[in-house]
Amino acid sequence: MSETPFPEASSQNDDLKPAKDISAGLAPPARLSGPIPWVIAILIALVVIAAAGGLSLRNLAQNARADLADAVTVQIIEADADARSVQAQAATAALGDHPLVTSVRLVPENELQELLEPWLGGGAASDNVPIPALIDVELSRRASGDELAQLQSVLDAALEPLDGRARVDAQSQWLRPVYDALAALQYLALALIILVSLATAAAVWLASRNAFVNHRETVEIVHLLGGTDTQVTRMFERAVIREAAFGAIIGLVIGLAAVWLLGQQFSSLDSGMVGGGGLGPVDWAIIAAIPVAGICLALLTGRITIGYALRSML
Amino acid sequence: MSDRPSEIVKFDNVGLRYGTDAEVLSDMSFTLFPGSFYFLTGASGAGKTSLLKLLYLSQRPSRGSIRMFGKDMITLPRGRLPDFRRRLGVVFQDFRLVQHLSAFDNVALPLRLAGTDEAKVQRSVSDMLEWVGLSHRMQAIPETMSGGEQQRVAIARAVIARPQILIADEPTGNVDPEMALKLLRLFEALNHRVGTTVIVATHDVHLLKKVPESLIMRLNKGRLSDPTGALRYPPAPKSRAGVDPVGGGK
Repeated sequence: MSETPFPEASSQNDDLKPAKDISAGLAPPARLSGPIPWVIAILIALVVIAAAGGLSLRNLAQNARADLADAVTVQIIEADADARSVQAQAATAALGDHPLVTSVRLVPENELQELLEPWLGGGAASDNVPIPALIDVELSRRASGDELAQLQSVLDAALEPLDGRARVDAQSQWLRPVYDALAALQYLALALIILVSLATAAAVWLASRNAFVNHRETVEIVHLLGGTDTQVTRMFERAVIREAAFGAIIGLVIGLAAVWLLGQQFSSLDSGMVGGGGLGPVDWAIIAAIPVAGICLALLTGRITIGYALRSML
Repeated sequence: MSDRPSEIVKFDNVGLRYGTDAEVLSDMSFTLFPGSFYFLTGASGAGKTSLLKLLYLSQRPSRGSIRMFGKDMITLPRGRLPDFRRRLGVVFQDFRLVQHLSAFDNVALPLRLAGTDEAKVQRSVSDMLEWVGLSHRMQAIPETMSGGEQQRVAIARAVIARPQILIADEPTGNVDPEMALKLLRLFEALNHRVGTTVIVATHDVHLLKKVPESLIMRLNKGRLSDPTGALRYPPAPKSRAGVDPVGGGK
């Protein structure tokens, strides 16, 4: 022990405000449990895949709706081919004069045969199989039920002298079950994201609690030396952010790789409808925000967990 | 300080029990005065450490009233405790150093928690470690240090922020007699030069004679006896000098 006088005071406590972040001075602060970053990585990857799937389904449904919502199909059901042709021409002319209609196309017979060939085989080209005439009608906007009924009336009036009849099908109506299925899948993706988020929060909660228990001695010392709950919480927050960020980045990479592979698989289907499920810049921005949201969720969970644990101490 | 209270600590009918067990401290009523030097004595199990826990705000009593620095500690919100803990310096019986921090960082901890400028921290901690003779061990971590070295780090940490009250629990229990005397001289220096109220818990009655002006608090089975009348308020005229801790003369 030195015989020199007691060292001069370099500070006066009353004039000071507690430092908010002393975790650097306490390094290495509490580490979360070992596998936690990898658990977070897996969970974030699942969220990325679910979010990409949900966004893709939403885009697919929106594109399909946009394509089909303002279109109707008119069927001329007539067994006699000549009469069917005359009725189709009359219906085409009548529709062309309607103000709601922007374009009318009588689907050529050979095109219809090609469409039906996978199901009917060579019989599709046979006169023995009566095929209705189809007219694709593009409307200026989505038609209401009354407007569809009005179109039906116009066709009925045009075909009545020819003793024919036509049926108007709004394409959006017969695709409604498909839309409903797509909506259900989107809700499923959302539910998956919520569940995985809860699982992430639970994992961080467990890890934070364990870290707190393991470092209780240090926490008590810091408290007894005048450390505040905020200062103690910051000690753990640093560890939570570091490990959550590591897990989130790994998870994002894994998730993006999976999304890319799935995208390659679906694009090879060369299907018109599937092609509408591509992801746009906003979608990619949302996916890129998932790791950030994951880190924020982990941080919030860690803060709440440590806060509750500290309340059990004086 | 103009509003400095005449008493720095006041216990009134304080009792402490852990869980549903019998009280380990009963009917504790006493007053401590600023700038005084107290020894807390008693056999092992007498309740010294429990009383110190109440003093360094690690424990709330089961009953009674505790006032420190003029404030009621019983009704004080938990969030305000750090303000008062920063006015205390504590030397724990088992040192309670942060094991992954160096001697320097352990001693710096109270200053950093209080928000002291880092340049001042560096200068102040270096001076303090030099003063306790550990300037060559600044970067050593506790597990590589001897018991005496750890004890000195713990003391340096307790006094670095110039506490108004220094509480030491068996501070000489792990050191040889020569070092024990040096530690006592350090506490005296803090008491004389800085005006810190010093409370030293010890079961070594021979140590008490080394600080003649000290006042004695004796614990026996959780109850406080006041052989010198030193704890009464106002204090007895002769209580601040010539105390015979064992009642048999100097």
